[in-house]
Amino acid sequence: MRLDSLKPLSLACAVAAGTLVTSVQAAEEYKLGLVTFLSGAASGPFGIPAKNAADLVIDAINDGTLPAPISGKGIDGRQIKPIYVDEAGGATKQTAEYRNLVDREGVDSIVGYISSGDCLAIPPVAEELKTLTVLFDCGTPRVFEEGDYKYVFRSHSTASMDNIAAARYINETVDSLKSISGINQNYSWGHDSWRDFTETLKVLRSGDIEITTEQFPKLFAGQYGAEISALMVKPADVVHTSFWGGDTDALVLQAAARGLLEDNQMIFTAGETALNSLGEHLPDGVIIGARGPFGPFAPESELNTWFQSEFTKRFGTPPTYPAYHMAQAVIGLKLAYDKAGADATTEQVIDAFEYMEFEGPGGKVSMNRGKGHQAATEMVYGRLTRSNGEIGFTDVRRYAADCVNPPEGAITEEWIKAGMPGAKCD
Amino acid sequence: MTRHVGRAELSLCSLLRAFGAKVWDVVMTQLLAIIIDGVVYASWLFIIAAGLTLIYGVMRILNMAHGSFYAIGAYAGAGMVGWYFSTGSVPWLSFAVLIGAALIAGLFIGLLIERGLLRFMYGRNEVVMILVTYAILLILEDAIKLIWGVEPYFAYQPYSLLGRTKLAGLSFANYDFMLIVVSTLIGLALWYGLNRTRNGKLLRVVIHDREIAQALGINVSRIFTITFLIGAGLGALAGALTAPGLSVVPGIGIEVIVLAFAVVVIGGLGSVSGALVGALIVGLARAAAVHLYPEVELFVIYAVMGLVLAIRPQGLFAVASARKI
Repeated sequence: MRLDSLKPLSLACAVAAGTLVTSVQAAEEYKLGLVTFLSGAASGPFGIPAKNAADLVIDAINDGTLPAPISGKGIDGRQIKPIYVDEAGGATKQTAEYRNLVDREGVDSIVGYISSGDCLAIPPVAEELKTLTVLFDCGTPRVFEEGDYKYVFRSHSTASMDNIAAARYINETVDSLKSISGINQNYSWGHDSWRDFTETLKVLRSGDIEITTEQFPKLFAGQYGAEISALMVKPADVVHTSFWGGDTDALVLQAAARGLLEDNQMIFTAGETALNSLGEHLPDGVIIGARGPFGPFAPESELNTWFQSEFTKRFGTPPTYPAYHMAQAVIGLKLAYDKAGADATTEQVIDAFEYMEFEGPGGKVSMNRGKGHQAATEMVYGRLTRSNGEIGFTDVRRYAADCVNPPEGAITEEWIKAGMPGAKCD
Repeated sequence: MTRHVGRAELSLCSLLRAFGAKVWDVVMTQLLAIIIDGVVYASWLFIIAAGLTLIYGVMRILNMAHGSFYAIGAYAGAGMVGWYFSTGSVPWLSFAVLIGAALIAGLFIGLLIERGLLRFMYGRNEVVMILVTYAILLILEDAIKLIWGVEPYFAYQPYSLLGRTKLAGLSFANYDFMLIVVSTLIGLALWYGLNRTRNGKLLRVVIHDREIAQALGINVSRIFTITFLIGAGLGALAGALTAPGLSVVPGIGIEVIVLAFAVVVIGGLGSVSGALVGALIVGLARAAAVHLYPEVELFVIYAVMGLVLAIRPQGLFAVASARKI
C-alpha cells in the first residue's frame, strides 16, 4: 500500500478524532445565548450593565462562588459558555439572530431582550425551535397577556407594575393632588406607561384628577425644550415620566437647568439609572423608581450584598436595575435546572421553572403569572434626599406583588378599569 | 333692587375681565414659549443643516456621514470638557475647550475622509456618492465605539454655567439663548464668506458650473477640500454644542441626520439661506405642535416637508435647473 493512499484515511481519522474531542468539550459546556444591546443608544445605560452582570454572575456560577443557598458549579454540572449577540437592529434581525444562536451555535437556552418589540417577536420563534428562553428586561405586558408560551419565561414584572405603583404612591403621598401631566416616549412603552398610570389614578380617585398636558416626544429625540415649556405653561401637581436611559439623562439635564425639577413634583418611574451619573442634578423630593426592588431599593440579603460589592469592585460603578434584571434571569435559569435535577430534559426544566419561587438579588421572585411563566415582584418608590452630599431616599414605600401586578389571567388595562379587583395591598 | 343688579353686573363684568385677562396671559405666555422654543430648536437644526447643505451645494454630495461628524464633535467635546473639569480649571474656559476639541476632531476627520477617499470619487453619480458616504457613516459609527466605547459621556457643566432667565413666568436656560447667537453668527459668517469674499465668489462659480470654473483656472479640488472641511467642522460644532444638554451615547448622529435632511429638503438642497428658513419652519411648526397639539409633534415636520415638496419640488430656495445630458 502506498503511503499516499493512506492520507485520506489519516485525514478521516483526524477529523473523526477532532469531532469527538469537540463533542466531548461541547458536552461539558452549557451554551447560553445572551442578547442585549451592545451598540446604539440603549447600550450604555442598559445593554452594557446587563452584559457586565451576566459576566459577573456566570463567572460566579462556573466557580461555584454565589452565596448560599445557591450551590454547585455551572448549570447542570456544566460550565456556562456565554455567546453574546447585539440586540441592535430591530425585531426582524433579532429573529434571524435567534435562529442563528439555536441552529448554528447550538445554544442550550437564551437569556435576552430589552426591547419590548423584540420580546413580542421572539416567543413564537422560541416555540417553533423549542428553545428555553428567558426574557430579562422588556416591560410590555402583552407577551403573556396575548400569548401562551411553553418555552418562554420572563423573570421580572411588567411595566404595568411600575405605573400602577407610581399612581398609588403619589395618591398616598402628594397632598391635595388634583392634576397631573406627563412626558413619555412616543412608542408603546411610553403610551402604555402613561395609560396605566392615569387609569390607575382615575380609579383610585374616582375620576377626580385633571390631566393638564401629555407630551410624547420621539424616542431618543434628545431635545426637550418645547416639551419642558409646555409642562411649565400648563403646570400640574405631579409630572410623570417613564423615560429611560439616555432620554432620562437628557430630560434631567434640560429640566434641571430650567428649574422644572425644583418647581414641580416629578416622578421618574425608571429614573434609577440616572442616579450614579446625574444625581447632583436631581433635587431633593423627586420621586424615583427602579422598575422593581433594585439598586438602592433592593432588600438586604447576602446575595444582594455580594452582587453590589462584586459588581462595583469589578466595573467601578454600582449595578443599576438592568444589571439586576440580568442577574435575576441567569440565577432563575440556574435554579430551575437545579430544581429539575441532573440531566433533566428541557421539558423537565420548564416544569421546574413554572410557578417557581426564588430569591434574586432584588428579593423574592414568584413565577406565578402567565401560567407560571411571568414573574411578579414587589415595587418600591422613594423620594430622593441628601445627607452630607450622599444620595439617599426618604418616604420609601414598598408595594406587594399582589397589590401592583394584575392577577393571573387578567388583562392589565381591563383589570385597572374594573377597579383592580383582588389587589392585596395590606 | 336696581342698585343690587348694578352691583351684580359690576362684579360679573370684573369677573369676566379678570378671566379674560388670565386667558390672555396664558395665550401670550404660550405664544412666547412657542416662539422661543421654536427659534432655539431652529438654531440647533440650522447649525447641523448648514454644513450638510453647503457640502451638497458645492460638491453635489448628499453626505450621509454628516451625522458621524456631529457624533464625533459631541464625543470629542464631551470627553475634553470632562477631562477639563477634572483638572479643576476655570469653568468659563470650558466653552473654548468644548468648541476647540470638536473643531479639531471635525477638521481632522473631514480632511482624512476627503483626501483619503472622496477625492478619488468626484464626478461619480450622486447616488453612488450617497452609498459611499453611507459606508463612511457605518465605519465611523464603529470607529466611535472603538475610540470612546459605549458608556455615556457627560459634559453638562457648560449647560448650567450660564444660568437661566425668567420670561413671562417661564424659565429658559441661557445656554439655549447662546445657541441662537452662535447660529446667527454662523449664518452671518457663511453669508459674508459666500457673498463678500473672493474665495466665496470662486466657490459660487463652482456651485454654478464646476466645468466652466475649472476651465477658468479655478482650483476646484482645493475648493472641494475647503468646503468639506467647513461642512465637517460645522457638523462637529453642532454635536459639541448639543453635548452639554444630553448624555453622549452611540447612535446620536443617526438620530439627527434624518431631521437635518428634512430641513435641507424644505429649504432646497445646496442653499444655506434655504437651510435657515427650513430650520425656522421646522422649529416653529414643531414647537407649535408640542404646545397646541402634542399628538402631531413628529408628523408636523414631515407634513411641512411634504407640503413644500408638493408645491416646490426643488425646495423653497433652490433654483430649478435643466438636467445636463
